Amino acid sequence: MANKGRWGNVYLVLVFAVLYAPILYLMYYSFNSADNMHQFEGFTWKWYGEVFQDTRLMIILINTLVIALLSSTIATMIGIIGALAIDRIRRRRLKDAVLSLNNVLIVSPDVIIGASFLILFTIVGIKLGFASVLISHIAFSIPITVLMILPRLQEMSPTLIDAARDLGASRRDVLSKVILPFIKPGIFAGFFMAFTYSLDDFAVTFFVTGNGYSTLSVEIYSRARQGVSLSINALSTLIFLFTTALVVGYYMITRRSQGRSRKHEPAAEMGVPR
Amino acid sequence: MQANTRAIYMLPYYVWIVLFVVAPVVLVGYYSFFDVDGQFTLQNYRTFFTPVYLQMTLSSFWYAFLVMLFSLLIAYPAAYWLTRTKHRQLWILLIILPTWINLLLKTYAFIGIFGTYGPINAFLETIGVGQQQLLFNSFSFVFVSVYIFVPFMILPIYNALEEMNPSLISAARDLGASGWTTFQRVIFPLTISGVKSGCMAVFIPSLSLFMITRLIAGNKVITLGTAIEQHFLVTQDWGMGSTVAVVLIIAMALLMLLSGGFGQEVRHGK
Amino acid sequence: MKAISRTFIVIIAVALLLMFVANRLNVSQGYAGSNTLTIYNWGDYIDPELLTKFQKETGITVIYQTFDSNEAMLTKIEQGGTTFDVAIPSDYAISKMREENLLIPLDHSKLPNLKNIDPSFLNLSFDPDNKYSAPYFWGTLGIVYNPKLTNLKFHSWDDLWNPSLRNNVLLTDGAREVLGMSLSSLGYSLNDTNDQHLQAALAKLKKLTPNVKAIVGDEIKMLLANNEAAAGLVFSGDASEIMDQNPDLDYVVPDQGSNLWFDNMVIPKTAANIDGAHKFINFMMNPEVAAQNAEYVGYATPNDAALKLLPEDISSDERFYPSKQVLKRLEVFDNLGKKMLVHYNELFLQFKMNK
Repeated sequence: MANKGRWGNVYLVLVFAVLYAPILYLMYYSFNSADNMHQFEGFTWKWYGEVFQDTRLMIILINTLVIALLSSTIATMIGIIGALAIDRIRRRRLKDAVLSLNNVLIVSPDVIIGASFLILFTIVGIKLGFASVLISHIAFSIPITVLMILPRLQEMSPTLIDAARDLGASRRDVLSKVILPFIKPGIFAGFFMAFTYSLDDFAVTFFVTGNGYSTLSVEIYSRARQGVSLSINALSTLIFLFTTALVVGYYMITRRSQGRSRKHEPAAEMGVPR
Repeated sequence: MQANTRAIYMLPYYVWIVLFVVAPVVLVGYYSFFDVDGQFTLQNYRTFFTPVYLQMTLSSFWYAFLVMLFSLLIAYPAAYWLTRTKHRQLWILLIILPTWINLLLKTYAFIGIFGTYGPINAFLETIGVGQQQLLFNSFSFVFVSVYIFVPFMILPIYNALEEMNPSLISAARDLGASGWTTFQRVIFPLTISGVKSGCMAVFIPSLSLFMITRLIAGNKVITLGTAIEQHFLVTQDWGMGSTVAVVLIIAMALLMLLSGGFGQEVRHGK
Repeated sequence: MKAISRTFIVIIAVALLLMFVANRLNVSQGYAGSNTLTIYNWGDYIDPELLTKFQKETGITVIYQTFDSNEAMLTKIEQGGTTFDVAIPSDYAISKMREENLLIPLDHSKLPNLKNIDPSFLNLSFDPDNKYSAPYFWGTLGIVYNPKLTNLKFHSWDDLWNPSLRNNVLLTDGAREVLGMSLSSLGYSLNDTNDQHLQAALAKLKKLTPNVKAIVGDEIKMLLANNEAAAGLVFSGDASEIMDQNPDLDYVVPDQGSNLWFDNMVIPKTAANIDGAHKFINFMMNPEVAAQNAEYVGYATPNDAALKLLPEDISSDERFYPSKQVLKRLEVFDNLGKKMLVHYNELFLQFKMNK
């Protein structure tokens, strides 16, 4: 068993190495004094200097974060509702139909989503800018959150709910005390995927934005004709280090508080393999 | 009364379906019957059923299948071993983290890494294999696509594994089942829902991949996504682009029906 | 439940805080004011210092928004909902916009600096009398080659078909460009619409397949600079950047003729600040400004007065500022209409799928 665990670790190290290879490559060249990504000439901080002087880029970065945070949160909330709604449907045919509708936006190429949303917004008369971008990001993130939450919901044994109801729990209590805690992993998975979708999206944002409102992806893609400058590498390095620190920090904090609570209710963590 | 409250809190989701799914689908369906001059026509559908497009459809499905298969093969063991690590919640976050760096930048990095003078080729040369062309072929296309999608496959499988009752495994082992049998009879069936949602999250979007086909495959691989992109952005032939999209959407719906969607065998747990 | 709602509340609070910061930044930059001008351009296609300079001279705050392809930009302007005051599309896109009534005519009395532009770059087929557009940058289509990887001396398009270049040629991903190259090598016009000629061009292209390593977009610069291929079909603007990074390479415009392209400044019908737009276009044609911009961007300037201010080694480089004699052999891509464009792209698709 210990031997097997070692192989498992080797495998994981490999997976992580591949996942992080391109990012390390980008980070390495962000210190290149030449302005390309293939010949390392010498060490420099100049690209980082450029990033901090560029207020426009900073505004774009903040826009990107705001959109990603808000859209993935709201999309997850609607996704929970959607998953509950689909789960309630008894007729199989209808269920599959709704699920297919749910997936349409995942299968549609971004260009089509972008173009049709643009037509939609101009028909309705929404001013293109922050609002239209936010609404679009929420819209295209919902299906993935549903897809992540639904399986957990369907795994839940109905007897659990019946039991709660029998014990006198209200509909609301069942939802907040039984269902939501059970589907929590799905909710967080959905949130993270929605966040990723939002950060990565270029085409949809491009079509529905306006009035000087821009996100990082749009900026990066539109720089491709001129050659993406290494200051974008520098910016990505900073984002990457910052988020890593955030994630690790967050983990440390929650673990410490969990560790404390574990002393009170040791049963809560029982049965989890270490 | 009860039915009523139910309907109300579900409203946002159905509003979303109507506004952002049904309306665009209707729009796309409508456009698919018009040619570049805005004349009503069925020609787009006729064009679709010519060898050029059928071949493209076939290759899209084949590559999407390959991407899904390799993602699953890589993701499952990774997810499995992740659940056995000590700080597994941290590691799973670190699996997601790379997806937050812009895709175009990562793709550029891959062009550098796989390039003739890149680190991989340098390595192959030192171990005596010699220089290989790694870019612009189906290998690089599948590799980078799997790279993009693997976190989306790991996450749901990991969640399914996490929730599995570990005592079931111990029980199986105690009853003398070998590691493989335990996996086949106990672990895999219990995580099938995670596998399914991972496969959906990978297969469906891979059908319409387009940027990678140009950057990494140098247009040696052409998918339906590439064609749609072309029609919408280059020729502005929205009719033909919409036609391809309609076919994609129908194919997806058929797939959902054939695979039985979710939910058929998941209720066996009780 | 508690954990979930707590997390969501924290996230929304952080987002609101960030929005506030962005708002402060916007205000400090003047973006939130009323005296603004929105420029719609390719990313990083202007010296940002010039925007600041323009701001100081006129008191108008410039909002810079970017696009990544002419077609995408066209869709945005067509659909409306935005207020772009100045856009910088390429020649054929201008011709389309003109046809679709998406442009506001320029008031030449407000553009005295138009006199600085070389007359050979005015009054071209895509915009007669420059009623709607003023030149920004221009260039050619040609071959970048790597003398370290091939001994061929490139003079003609046919050199790309040389068997020694097997799997060693990169093409830019554009139907007009690639078919145009083939047409030109057969002695036809780049704007040919005769189907027999086009089929002949496709047949010739199919013979090029074994030499083609990849058909790519903007990445072509990175690949050529990195010695990934011996030769590539690229625009002169890209070529100058490639050679900036890798001085070993060389650029040539083939003898048979080639394409001449322009990026011009226009005022889309969506404009809100038409007066400011004129001021901006005139400002960009100021010799010193145009020279500074040409040095930053690295493309060829159509501004005669600016050209005289540029360092000798740039302005006398015949590869990027070809002689009048070469210019005569070049053709601007005409707008052939949507139907023909679709046909070109169908042929190009057949070439791509050719194994």
